[in-house]
Amino acid sequence: MLELYGQHLSSRLLLGTSQYPSPAIMAESIETSGTEIVTVSLRRETAGGKDGGQFWSLIRSLGVKVLPNTAGCHSAKEAVTTAHMAREVFGTDWIKLEVIGNHDTLQPDVFGLVEAAGILSREGFKVFPYTTDDLVVAERLLDAGCEVLMPWCAPIGSARGPQHLDALRSLRAHFPDTPLIVDAGIGRPSHAASVMELGYDAVLLNTAVAQAGDPVQMAAAFAQAIEAGHRAFLAGPLEPRDMAVPSTPVIGQAVFT
Amino acid sequence: MNVLIKGAGVAGLTLAHELVSRGMSVTVRETRETIAGNASWQAGGMLAPWCERASAEPPVLELGRAAADWWDAALPGHVRRNGTLVVTQRRDMAELERFSGRTTGHVPVDATEIETLEPDLAGRFPRGLFFAGEAHLDPRRALLALAAKLAGDGVPFVFGDDARAGLLPGAGADVQADCTGTASGHAELRSVRGEMLILRTPELRLSRPVRLLHPRFPLYIVPREDHHFMVGATMIESSATGPITARSTMELLNAAYALHPAFGEAEIVETGVGLRPAFPDNLPRVEWTGGVLSINGLYRHGFLLAPAMAQKAADLLEGQKERRRSA
Repeated sequence: MLELYGQHLSSRLLLGTSQYPSPAIMAESIETSGTEIVTVSLRRETAGGKDGGQFWSLIRSLGVKVLPNTAGCHSAKEAVTTAHMAREVFGTDWIKLEVIGNHDTLQPDVFGLVEAAGILSREGFKVFPYTTDDLVVAERLLDAGCEVLMPWCAPIGSARGPQHLDALRSLRAHFPDTPLIVDAGIGRPSHAASVMELGYDAVLLNTAVAQAGDPVQMAAAFAQAIEAGHRAFLAGPLEPRDMAVPSTPVIGQAVFT
Repeated sequence: MNVLIKGAGVAGLTLAHELVSRGMSVTVRETRETIAGNASWQAGGMLAPWCERASAEPPVLELGRAAADWWDAALPGHVRRNGTLVVTQRRDMAELERFSGRTTGHVPVDATEIETLEPDLAGRFPRGLFFAGEAHLDPRRALLALAAKLAGDGVPFVFGDDARAGLLPGAGADVQADCTGTASGHAELRSVRGEMLILRTPELRLSRPVRLLHPRFPLYIVPREDHHFMVGATMIESSATGPITARSTMELLNAAYALHPAFGEAEIVETGVGLRPAFPDNLPRVEWTGGVLSINGLYRHGFLLAPAMAQKAADLLEGQKERRRSA
């Protein structure tokens, strides 16, 4: 079972809540996926609303754990302020920390990220940092107090799938006991399965489900792929060989020519 | 039958027109001082059911495909039936593929065809999609013209303080129809904030709505009279009614500038904010509860879906009338 900051979870899929065709489809996708954690962006959705909004009530009614994020923040200071607001609005000390360094690629600003992670961890937040696949940054984030890491596998919303499998592998090998969640860049269930086969603990998705032709169907497909990838990792997949090995006996055939 | 319609937005006025055309007697009550300023006032006025299918459910196309005919019949001369052009920047060609895969009723157009359709966009976009069956109207002119036509037909309008005080001219109403959008207080209804700009530049001429696909900031520009352009619109899950934010202004202007640099020199004539009433499935409803008829949840499809909803509501009322007569 997956454990994140003391919380035990049976689903290894975390879902975002934006860009669905309608809230009804979002709710059905979340239910179908079996996800137990949804991310909610504090900026915009709730900013300025009189009551936090009917949208927020709908999410609350789904009975899943909410992981607010600091999407769209471009500095450590902005992210820390947003985290404070999120704690108040959503009543949780969980925070998905995003500090964006590049407007075009939405690449994390790893310096600002480490700084903000330190500040928030000291204040008692349970920080889920959205980071790159850089090993040293990952170490600094753990030093800063993070107990979970969320590396990207490709830019947010790009649907490109894992770009640097070796970097993801190396991250897994270096941090065998830290929950690692691939956040951002997954486009298809096969992408999700492939990172789960590497031994990643979970996958966070939004666009790949929300913008699919049929989000509910896609949510189910991802849930199955993530489960399949995880089971495959536990089962120990065969390493590729150069030599073909027949799966049926070849006694009696003249193969040694 | 005497029907009291609450709300003089697009839902209320189309219902009034539909009922009057079927020989019913109608009164319209609007708590604002005038027609102007409601959510419909901020609309784009696109009658684009095929384009909308990119993000909307199938009923939007089914209910919306006859909208242009309804408006044309109700207000001759208001509807322009010259299609929608959809383009994207070279970098975002994948968006065009995606849009094309999710919609029907379009043909691919190349740079030359884009130039023929919109000469001022010459050389700016290598490929696009043309939705020939779509139409648009100026929503403000249409609302005012519809109200004027109804008033000319003898429909009483009660505005402002009188409306709030519940004053009614003549005999009482047999039926009430709630067309008040987000103000109705319907438990399942939510507000989706939309922000828009009206720009003016004589340097650019467009003859039809143009949609610019963008992975983050999709936008549409609808040409209006006297070199005006409506640029819209944001979609924010919020019931805040405050002025447009700097961020939204920046995003809309950025996208407009990407469509054509002439927008960089345009005057910002107006900024607008409206709350779209939406049900959880983002589809509209005609409901009949506790003796009150209601049309609500038109979301971002007011002008597109109001006619079909008005017809449904009118059918319901006619059925009611029949039942009463036979009882």
